[in-house]
Amino acid sequence: MAFIPAVSQMENAIVRMMEDLDRAIRKPPEERRWGMVIDLTKCVACDACTVSCKAENKTPPGVNYTVVIKEEVGEYPNVRETFLPRPCMHCENPPCVEVCPVSATWKDAEGIVVIDYDVCIGCRYCITACPYGARTFDFGDWYTKDSTPMLAPYETAPTFEYGEERVREEETSPIGNVRKCNFCVQRLHEGLLPACINDCIGRARYFGDLNDPDSLVSELLRERYSFKLKEELGTSPKVFYLS
Amino acid sequence: MKKSTLGMAAYWVVVIISLVIGGYGLYWRLTTGHQLANYGQLITWGLWVAMYIYFIGLSAGAFLISALVFVFHVERFRPIARLALFTALISLFMALLFIWFDLGHMERFYEVYTRPHFRSMMAWMVWLYTAYFVLLIFEFWFESRQDFVRCGQEKGGFQGFLCRVLALGSKDVSEEKRARDEKVTQVLGSIGLPLAIMFHGGVGALFGVVAARPAWHGGLFPLLFLVSALVSGGGLLMAIYAWLAPNKGSEEYKNLLSDMGRLVLALVLLDVIFTFAEYSIALYGGVPGDVLPLIEIMTGPFWWVFWIGQIGLGMVVPIILLSFKRTRTSSFWVGIAGLSIVLAFVGVRLNIVIPPLSMPELQGLVEAVPSPRMTTQYIPSMMEWALSIGIIGLGMALFAIGYNLLPVKPRGDKEVMS
Repeated sequence: MAFIPAVSQMENAIVRMMEDLDRAIRKPPEERRWGMVIDLTKCVACDACTVSCKAENKTPPGVNYTVVIKEEVGEYPNVRETFLPRPCMHCENPPCVEVCPVSATWKDAEGIVVIDYDVCIGCRYCITACPYGARTFDFGDWYTKDSTPMLAPYETAPTFEYGEERVREEETSPIGNVRKCNFCVQRLHEGLLPACINDCIGRARYFGDLNDPDSLVSELLRERYSFKLKEELGTSPKVFYLS
Repeated sequence: MKKSTLGMAAYWVVVIISLVIGGYGLYWRLTTGHQLANYGQLITWGLWVAMYIYFIGLSAGAFLISALVFVFHVERFRPIARLALFTALISLFMALLFIWFDLGHMERFYEVYTRPHFRSMMAWMVWLYTAYFVLLIFEFWFESRQDFVRCGQEKGGFQGFLCRVLALGSKDVSEEKRARDEKVTQVLGSIGLPLAIMFHGGVGALFGVVAARPAWHGGLFPLLFLVSALVSGGGLLMAIYAWLAPNKGSEEYKNLLSDMGRLVLALVLLDVIFTFAEYSIALYGGVPGDVLPLIEIMTGPFWWVFWIGQIGLGMVVPIILLSFKRTRTSSFWVGIAGLSIVLAFVGVRLNIVIPPLSMPELQGLVEAVPSPRMTTQYIPSMMEWALSIGIIGLGMALFAIGYNLLPVKPRGDKEVMS
């Protein structure tokens, strides 16, 4: 039962990751290499990550930075569901970055694949190039536009993606842009873990600096069997799955 | 005469209705952005992208055929050479309108020039078609310059005015100047030929480089695009010539009709080989990423786009019509063969863009995102249709205006304009 930690250890995991984070943000950005580890044996598909991401980034309908893919395996009565949370993989070799005609998306110094909303022309070529379906287009939809007398406050509140305060309004970015998971870079720089990591009820998600051998993520990758999605494409994802 | 006037009236009625519908589409697009579009998160490119590669293919195809005359001096195609350039220009303009409306931020298109990304096939494609657009304008101008001058001097009214404007103050109609213009046209054509191959091959490469979409990924795509450009461009020119040439019944008309028929037939047969290579190899391999989109194309809800459109109208009909003596010497049937190809290639383009995108990158991804925009089904919305109809109507209007007022009609060797 070594891999199912007791409650006290679970508390420790968050504290430990925040300490890892604190160490990492004291280093120069180019020496950090953010990565995520997702323990599939602990995911219960509650979608807390999906929801916390929506709350943090105030993403509109249809725009999801992280989702939980659920698949039924086997035949009745021997059926079971498998769960695969899927954020952006923040590939070392991101195919989405290669195709952008206007250099609006790139891998930043810390290894996060970012988008400049003020540059993106919304051609959606990167959406076709991502092998993980991690990019979505902001069509300008709202949750509460026509069905309610006014837009709900959670739709008009500013987001702080990429550290920029931005209110989503008609005809202005990020509407008409491609959007994606950015490892909550705005939180990282404040010493906070990505929202999905904080809110995971099963402690299935871990986050930290892969360059730091003492970080929890490095330790998990040393001790457990891990795999990455579609490695054969040469994308070299920085999201690892434990099974 | 009566018949053609009636045909003309019908043409303009179609154009005006299309423009009105397009006006609605434009209004919706400009006031609501992409909200009314039916392309989504999975099938993120839809009708407009398909129409874009369709019209850009027509343009490249028509241009490459004009190069037979301007570069390789295949004189028997001379009567349609300028018409080919003009068709290439109009189709390119329509293609660019389509792709412009598809952008999330139309006002930022210039960034492709100011913030270049040299590893993006899309950026290369844009630079190459910009160069091609400029070259096409110059080539068309040098090819037509003397006729603009003559028309400006001889015709009154709007037509004369238009010709004088387009002549840009040029007045020289000497043989000497004509020879110089021809030289310039040849040089521009010689630059344009590799440019057109590169830019349209580049459109194919834009899809071919996407490793995430196995149905696109491969070296055949740029070549396939060039072949389909030649077939569709050839088909369009053949239909225009067969039906609209002013010298119907003349020996020259019969000869050129027969030559065009042979050229297009050869290109269609080449397209059969390419399409067979593309489909058979993927199906034989059995890799799901390659096979599933093809199964979708051949047996999905839009099976008829492939079997009736691509295979029937695009291959069987033109091959039959252009093979049998009775039909291949008849201007009506040759025109039908051309029109059949032109229609079929809309289906070819839709099948290139949409079915490969309808395959979720990860099994179960569609069900994981509770949004109507995350779906494997795509039928263009009213806005998409309306704007498309409008752009086609605009293209038809520009073509008809140019065809009637500018010296672009198919012509005999020494005859300047009708």
